[in-house]
Amino acid sequence: MSFINYSSREINCKIVYYGPGLCGKTTNLQHIYGKTNPESKGKMISLATESERTLFFDFLPLSLGEIRGFKTRFHLYTVPGQVFYDASRKLILKGVDGVVFVADSQVERMEANIESLENLDDNLKEQGYDLKKLPFVMQYNKRDLPNAAPVEELRKLLNPDGNTEFDACAATGEGVFETLKGISKMVLIELKKGG
Amino acid sequence: MDNAQMVMYEEEAQQVTEVIDQLVKEANAKVVFVVDKNGQLISSSGETEGLDTTSLASLTAGNIAATGGLAKLLGEKEFSILFHEGEKDNLHISLIAQRVILVVIFDERSSLGLIRLRVKKTTEKLTEIFESLAKKAASAEAGSSPFAEITDDDIDNLFS
Ligand SMILES: Nc1nc2c(ncn2[C@@H]2O[C@H](COP(=O)(O)OP(=O)(O)OP(=O)(O)O)[C@@H](O)[C@H]2O)c(=O)[nH]1
Ligand SMILES: [Mg+2]
Repeated sequence: MSFINYSSREINCKIVYYGPGLCGKTTNLQHIYGKTNPESKGKMISLATESERTLFFDFLPLSLGEIRGFKTRFHLYTVPGQVFYDASRKLILKGVDGVVFVADSQVERMEANIESLENLDDNLKEQGYDLKKLPFVMQYNKRDLPNAAPVEELRKLLNPDGNTEFDACAATGEGVFETLKGISKMVLIELKKGG
Repeated sequence: MDNAQMVMYEEEAQQVTEVIDQLVKEANAKVVFVVDKNGQLISSSGETEGLDTTSLASLTAGNIAATGGLAKLLGEKEFSILFHEGEKDNLHISLIAQRVILVVIFDERSSLGLIRLRVKKTTEKLTEIFESLAKKAASAEAGSSPFAEITDDDIDNLFS
């Protein structure tokens, strides 16, 4: 649910990074934070456990510039990927305008990817959203690892509908901004349609 | 669930600002701000300099969301008021019209009793404003969005 403020001439959109535990959601946001100039970003907030697993969410506010005299702001959130944090994931999805699914390319994480994608679908449905209608991009992360499954295989299992997809190595930043641009564009195009 | 677009117009923005400016004065509060349930700041008043209102807004909404989740588990509809007591500053958070959050930060210049009293009156006023805002937004033409006219170039330019 984007927020259009005619008074301050601002538009705010919410993007959520979803995916299984340790797939690299927080790393995506950290890279974006590290590479964005100070005037375009706010503080990054990470509510995490002592072992740096996301406990509730990460939050990063970005401003992209102006469209037609409106300041465009994106609020990026990550969910905690660990299965037992489902209640928190549901809360963070509230009011979402676009979702990035970060898949872990490692062969042994395939079940976790599928489970997390189904969980996303369920949680969206519960709130009256339809994943097929929501701006959505797929990111195949950890392409650098030797045990990464071939992209064709990931596509067959996780993206049979052919949503926009990106290869990434969030650890080095490869594909991270491409993914962000991809989802941001889709959200803005949705807004143009009248949301 | 309420997935409708949230909007704020000049007229209502001014009304909200007036109401919370008044609350700051009458309650001797340090800072008052209004946030939507998704964590977006709507308006703030008082000693906001040096305060990271964007972060505060997001965390407040997370706090309300988590507490709302707890309430549901206990069979409560919602805990509509939260209070956090600090050594110097205290935080009074309340839910208004089911969709916006009113946050009051205060110190020893005020008291919980006074804050409660003033928040009550403010809640009534804000409820009225946000209810009329919701009606206005619902009746506005979908095509009147300022973004109906944006082009792919406009969007591309953001990323250049
Ligand atoms: N080799 C490699 N490691 C990565 C990549 N992306 C992330 N990692 C590592 O994977 C680990 C987990 O990354 P996080 O970003 O914390 O994972 P997360 O998805 O936020 O995990 P949760 O918070 O538990 O849901 C970290 O040690 C990262 O450095 C990548 O592209 N390649
Ligand atoms: Mg994380």
